[in-house]
Amino acid sequence: MRPAFNDPVFGAQESFRALMEAMARPGRIQRCDVLPDLPEALAPSAAAALLTLADAETAVWTDATGEAREWIAFHTGAPLVADASKAQFLLATGTMPALATLDAGSDETPQDSATLILQCETLAEGAGWRLSGPGIEHEHRLGAAGLPADFTAQWAANRQGFPCGVDLVLCAGARLAALPRSTRIEEAG
Amino acid sequence: MNAITPRNAPGNTPEHAYNFAYLDEATKRMIRRAILKAIAIPGHQIPFGAREMPLPYGWGTGGIQVTAAILGPRDVLKVIDQGADDTTNAVSIRRFFARVANVETTTRTAEATIIQTRHRIPERPLTEGQVMVFQVPMPEPLFRLEPRLAETRRLHALGDYSLAQVRLYEDIARQGESGSAYNHPVMVGGRYLMSPSPIPGFDNPKLHNSPALMLFGAGREKKIYAVPPYTEVRSLDFEDHPFKPMRAPQCCSACGSATSYLDEIVADDQGGRIFVCSDTDHCAETQGQ
Repeated sequence: MRPAFNDPVFGAQESFRALMEAMARPGRIQRCDVLPDLPEALAPSAAAALLTLADAETAVWTDATGEAREWIAFHTGAPLVADASKAQFLLATGTMPALATLDAGSDETPQDSATLILQCETLAEGAGWRLSGPGIEHEHRLGAAGLPADFTAQWAANRQGFPCGVDLVLCAGARLAALPRSTRIEEAG
Repeated sequence: MNAITPRNAPGNTPEHAYNFAYLDEATKRMIRRAILKAIAIPGHQIPFGAREMPLPYGWGTGGIQVTAAILGPRDVLKVIDQGADDTTNAVSIRRFFARVANVETTTRTAEATIIQTRHRIPERPLTEGQVMVFQVPMPEPLFRLEPRLAETRRLHALGDYSLAQVRLYEDIARQGESGSAYNHPVMVGGRYLMSPSPIPGFDNPKLHNSPALMLFGAGREKKIYAVPPYTEVRSLDFEDHPFKPMRAPQCCSACGSATSYLDEIVADDQGGRIFVCSDTDHCAETQGQ
């Protein structure tokens, strides 16, 4: 079994600050590189995000198999569920599960919605989508490669349900950026 | 990037008996999950399992738990109570974190990365590198209008804030202005009515489009909520009665500032009064110039 954080306290704290900063400023890329030795299928930023947030109290869904799945089960201690709609945290290493199938919370408890940690091929600031909404002064640009072709349509539907909706953490290698449900995405024009 | 030297490594801290920043890791994870959802839903109150802290409710237990969950060894912490760094509440919370987290503390607003506050926002404009943590006694802005929490949750879900508007209307009809000089409710992102905590109305405009992230913790009421940076925050008002932040018309008798928020102090037993800045760091800085 490959290790988790070298230091469970400061590893989690540093990862959380990257996540908090990412969530507060959607589209700004943060670095989170505290897990140097991981199963091949897991990106360091995605594994750190899950390890920071998930535990025995949270249902986790993942499409990872083999060593990566065992690593997640062992180090988070979270119950792994087969049904993505029942999960509070999801880590997708391959195809993104359709956003509409995930738990979006309810009008009274929108905080019960799922957080999807999605590994993608690349993340780049300064080009790509135009993001606006809370946390963004004028406009942030973010480019992500390796997402489904209808991603922006799915996201628009997710945004439509505000205050309900899924929150997204995009991870590529040691870099991560977040899209809270409040963020509007415009395709680059 | 420099490697972190854990400041609470054995032999390096006066308090070996506690985890870094007092709370255990499972509690921090629970609070961190609540904080991320709070940022994703600006102004919405998220319930959390607030722990008993080694100080009584009403002394900032909510703010302390939020600070403990985000605090790291690279942070510089400032704590203010009504703007002052040198009052009992501020001193004891600052000492608490210096002791259980061994973090650097400061009284200078400009140097701080995390500012925990009771009832003020510093005069100096905040920056993107700073996080404000507010201590909140009563997070529910509809509390005095609707006592049933189940009902207030429903009103928030429906976005039905007519009770608060009627209350404001009645204040204006009776006395010509809003009845709340502090804790004046705000609309966040045009969706949620939120208690800004008991900050004076003077500070309400600083919540709007702030470069800094604002986190709110209520320990007794077990709620966390947030205003992300650059988010629309509008004080509740009417078109024909716009919100007016209030300030005593005097100048500070220590630094002479005519723009900062002032505390009124009884100066002698003849009824004499002076006005001084509520923000002690700002006042000292202005005096030094």
